[in-house]
Amino acid sequence: MPVQEMTYREAILAAQTEEMRRDPKIIIMGEDIGPSGGPFKTCQGMYEEFGALRVRDTPIAETGFVGAALGLALTGYRPIAEIMFADFLGVCFDQIVNGIAKHRFMSGAQSTVPLVIRSIGGGGLRFGAQHSQTGESWMLSVPGLKIVCPSSPSEAYGMLKSAIRDDNPVLVLEHKALLSSKGNVDLGMDHLQPLTGPKVLRPGKDVTIVASLNMVGKALGAADKLSADGIEAEVIDIRSLRPMVVGPIVESVRKTNLLVVVEEQVQVGGWGAEVVSQVVNEAFDYLDAPPARVTLPDYPLPYSPALEDAAIPSPDSIAAAVKALI
Amino acid sequence: MKSPKQAASKGAAKAKSSTGSNSAPLNDRERVQMFSDMVLIREFEEQVHRSYLEGLVHGTTHLCQGQEAVSVGAAKALRPDDYVTYTYRGHGHCIARGMEMEPAFAELFGRSTGVCGGLGGSMHLQDIDRGLIGSFGIVGAGLPVAGGAGVTAQMNGRGQVSMVFFGDGACNIGAFHEALNIAQVWKLPVLFVCENNLYGEFTRIEHTTPFEDLVKRARGYDMDAVMVDGNDVEAVYRAIAPCVAKARDGGGPAFIECKTYRHRGHSRTDPAKYRPQAEVDAWLKRDPLDLYRAKLAKSGVLPEKEAAKIVDKAREAAGAAAKKAAAAPWPDGNQNFAAKMFA
Repeated sequence: MPVQEMTYREAILAAQTEEMRRDPKIIIMGEDIGPSGGPFKTCQGMYEEFGALRVRDTPIAETGFVGAALGLALTGYRPIAEIMFADFLGVCFDQIVNGIAKHRFMSGAQSTVPLVIRSIGGGGLRFGAQHSQTGESWMLSVPGLKIVCPSSPSEAYGMLKSAIRDDNPVLVLEHKALLSSKGNVDLGMDHLQPLTGPKVLRPGKDVTIVASLNMVGKALGAADKLSADGIEAEVIDIRSLRPMVVGPIVESVRKTNLLVVVEEQVQVGGWGAEVVSQVVNEAFDYLDAPPARVTLPDYPLPYSPALEDAAIPSPDSIAAAVKALI
Repeated sequence: MKSPKQAASKGAAKAKSSTGSNSAPLNDRERVQMFSDMVLIREFEEQVHRSYLEGLVHGTTHLCQGQEAVSVGAAKALRPDDYVTYTYRGHGHCIARGMEMEPAFAELFGRSTGVCGGLGGSMHLQDIDRGLIGSFGIVGAGLPVAGGAGVTAQMNGRGQVSMVFFGDGACNIGAFHEALNIAQVWKLPVLFVCENNLYGEFTRIEHTTPFEDLVKRARGYDMDAVMVDGNDVEAVYRAIAPCVAKARDGGGPAFIECKTYRHRGHSRTDPAKYRPQAEVDAWLKRDPLDLYRAKLAKSGVLPEKEAAKIVDKAREAAGAAAKKAAAAPWPDGNQNFAAKMFA
């Protein structure tokens, strides 16, 4: 199949639709995903194609249907649960953290839990404090989950396919500010993207910038600005938070000797702390300065555009953090 | 466009010819078996208690003496390919489904031969091959999961059902309400079996719930709901079997409230002094094993001498199983834990 330009939203839809055609054991559940096609149109046309038994409109009850996903996974199906806003992961926290993540382990590996939880998070769209969080670090300290965060249509397509085929629970964190972003996707039934490992998106020799989700584009924007000033930044998309693989980041830092981590969440407890910790452990002698972190300020994301824009890391604020290091 | 409910009921019509639930009248052999199963659970739990005092059971454990009739009466209505979810007070549900005692004891003792290799413990006995898909330590958490197994049963179209056991305390948590609502809206073949033993942990029901008859909760979801004497094993079976049969035929979920009582405290460290002695005495007089033993003796199905033999044999078997389990090695500290987490 050809390489095609499509949006992040279309990539999600294409991955789900193709996988559901391939495997009748895959079903999807979520709020308004039936005839309405999903509040973010990530399920458009699926109800018409696969019917009401495989594309299930749920009540507004995340504990109920995420718990149901566990029950389906334990009995031979491969459910996908769509969480409309990542913020609502808080509503089904127990099912994910105490149930889904631990079930196989506690059973002595008798059971397998092949399920995907997709959630659409992130700020920048004036949704206020309860509808703008990425949720990236909420479950970072929970063993038993895989957590991935696709930053482009290509990643959204290939990683979602891999997540659906994985025999373990995978939390796919998507970003609503990316839904309409476009990119080339190499379509194909088995065109999978790995669920682990960061990717170098732009090579550079002067500083390593690691980012996730919508911050990847901002970091690339910062790299453009820095380049104009003669600073060549290497930009790395973290891609997967669990398992967290830092090898390529360490390798990059050994070359650039400087590290900046960009996250769309507050600094305390962020995954950037884990990246910094592991880089310091493995490449302490290579660092010319303490690693820097660019994050949200330590308060809930405000609604006002004037305040929200100031709170979210931007190419300018990232470039400024880099210059402060140099 | 069809709703899942309409689409499902169409599928269920097809399944109507499939094997229905076993709701035929019980014969004498079955009656004796049900008595034996209750005895086995009782003797298992009594042995757990003794083993706990010997330091073999770690942390805590939640015993079910007094509630055996619910596990056995409900299990009698199930097929081997049905799914069962239960709680931290779940030893009885597992034994009723045929879990072997030795690996169960070994799990409680934290040994490598445990049914979960010592990774689960008393609150998390599982046996996938027997449809025992999950034991939940979080109150109410099993109900949504049972709903998912119900979706599987509905999709498979083979007349399977999903049965979930929980206590009165679970009826106040959100997961309960979300699960009942979804099951009813989607017409899932889920049997919600509520063991109302009147106490949520240390607190009597009137302090936590506006009424004692929890069928009212289910009726609020327009769900079939029946109330039964949970200490009468045949009554439990007779109440549940028609609900199971209906669910197998696409008739949707049901809620069965079994009024019962736990003889001991919430967990091993709880002497249960918060319960009035008169209440405890009244319920002890209604011990489900004594009631059934007397009934079977009176009707000539099981002479007292034979019943005593069954008890002795079960006690001996439990003791022997515990002894073997206690001799098993500890789990390997260098095993591949990643493989236990991820397939």
